[in-house]
Amino acid sequence: MPTVLKCHPGIGPSVTGIALVAKDNFSARYDLDRKTGVFSRPTHALAGQSYAGKVLVLDQAKGGVATAWMLHEMKSRGLVPLALVFNRVNPILAQGAAFGSVTIVDRFTGDVTDLIQTGDELRIDPAAGVVEILNR
Amino acid sequence: MRLTEDERAMLAGAAGEPRRWAIQHQIAVGEFFDAADLVPVSQAHIMADTESLGEAGIRFLESLAAAPETERRVRIPTLTDPRGLDFQTYKRLGQTDAMAALEGRTIAALKSFGVLMTDTCINYQTILPPTRGEHLAMGDTGVVIYSNSVFGARSNFEGGPSALAAALTGRTPRYGYHLDAHRRATRRFQLDVRLHDLSEWGALGGMIGRDCGSYWEVPLIEGIENAPGSDALKHFGAAMASYGSTALFHMPGITPEPIEFAGSVPDTVRIGRAELDAFVTAYGATGDKVDVVVFAAPHLSLVEMAAVADALAGRPVHPDTTLLVATSPEIKHAADRMGLTRRIEETGAIVAAGICFYQSYAGEMAEANGWKRLLSNSAKLVNIIGGYGYRPTLLSLERCVDSAVTGRVV
Repeated sequence: MPTVLKCHPGIGPSVTGIALVAKDNFSARYDLDRKTGVFSRPTHALAGQSYAGKVLVLDQAKGGVATAWMLHEMKSRGLVPLALVFNRVNPILAQGAAFGSVTIVDRFTGDVTDLIQTGDELRIDPAAGVVEILNR
Repeated sequence: MRLTEDERAMLAGAAGEPRRWAIQHQIAVGEFFDAADLVPVSQAHIMADTESLGEAGIRFLESLAAAPETERRVRIPTLTDPRGLDFQTYKRLGQTDAMAALEGRTIAALKSFGVLMTDTCINYQTILPPTRGEHLAMGDTGVVIYSNSVFGARSNFEGGPSALAAALTGRTPRYGYHLDAHRRATRRFQLDVRLHDLSEWGALGGMIGRDCGSYWEVPLIEGIENAPGSDALKHFGAAMASYGSTALFHMPGITPEPIEFAGSVPDTVRIGRAELDAFVTAYGATGDKVDVVVFAAPHLSLVEMAAVADALAGRPVHPDTTLLVATSPEIKHAADRMGLTRRIEETGAIVAAGICFYQSYAGEMAEANGWKRLLSNSAKLVNIIGGYGYRPTLLSLERCVDSAVTGRVV
């Protein structure tokens, strides 16, 4: 039986993918090299790691408004996270996910960066507000 | 969400495809944040620089702009945030003709919606300052935090697509800072130090923003004896929003809203000289070669333009260093008229209008010009620019200028 985590209903299609987890925050403008698809900000906990096709599990959304356009642009080149699973997002990340049709959920019971580990296989159902950890 | 008859008609496509797309986007975002309905807004402000848009975003704008005029015209006064490129300065900054072509397409699309091309992040200082209680759809974090905090207006962070949607429908989902419940203080800070200049106000904002670390935290800041003034609050708020995603702060005696806490009164975090200096020193690089000095983010007021001209005092900028000043087109015109632009540019510095550096292909400019060490008096810029491969240092305006003249961090 998979572990089932409940969250607030989200945005985007249901997806299945592999988690990349960190106790850090997120901004597409501040933290990413969007050309190569890796975290580029030297002080980010995921610096140097590829985010393309991964389910990013992070704490909060931070910083500027650019992410609202950028997820759509990143998706058009196929270098975008598969889904965003956060403790709490700001409007920009939700707006960017809605505009770019990228799956996003937040507001779990407990700290989602503790509940999920890097490498976990996740199935995310935003309409139902459910994340399943398939390997545990 | 509860929809009016007009809103249901838009959703059904009766008002054309641009408004159908807009309201459908707003409903998706509104439901995510449990909005009960949409609230009419009096201004929208769109961030749409070409670096963020990319080819895909520009094509999206062009596809909406192809609708008949009655279907694509914005319903409320709609302004633009800084653009990616100034056609007068782009070649000197190492930007390319390909970037200029993207810029031209984006401007054409935005104009066809009836957007006013203000190209600034200080519209609250220079275009139409918000008023208390006014609901807005502002598309720049610095504009939102200033509008909410200093004026008592009501806006969430509205990214480019959402601000455009608000412009097309004349409303926005009613959640977050449109609601009284979210505007009460959740954190408490006490300032035990007197601040000297704008870079220190930015540093203080950065520290509080980093500590808050969430869009949903509202800091109360006590211990500020004298009203800091518009430019100080501008740097303070912009840095707080940048480091922490913060959208509202309260300062007793300075900001207009009554001080209430969301729950029990939180513990007070004290900030003194040692904490402030530690924050600034983390970016220190005394003695290093200076590649580029940037005054931007937020755009400079006319008063800041005069301060740069006075600090330069006619001294030439070092030949191995670039000094860039970015302001709004309105302030640039005023600076031209008052001789400030001439006084700054005759030292070899560049005055750009309508761009704001970090949203102007900062990575490509670094590569084209061999820039690494960047100096600024903007804590917001110093925070952002590391992700583009720069090594940033935060100094006062005067020390930034002295460093530009000597070519070394002083």
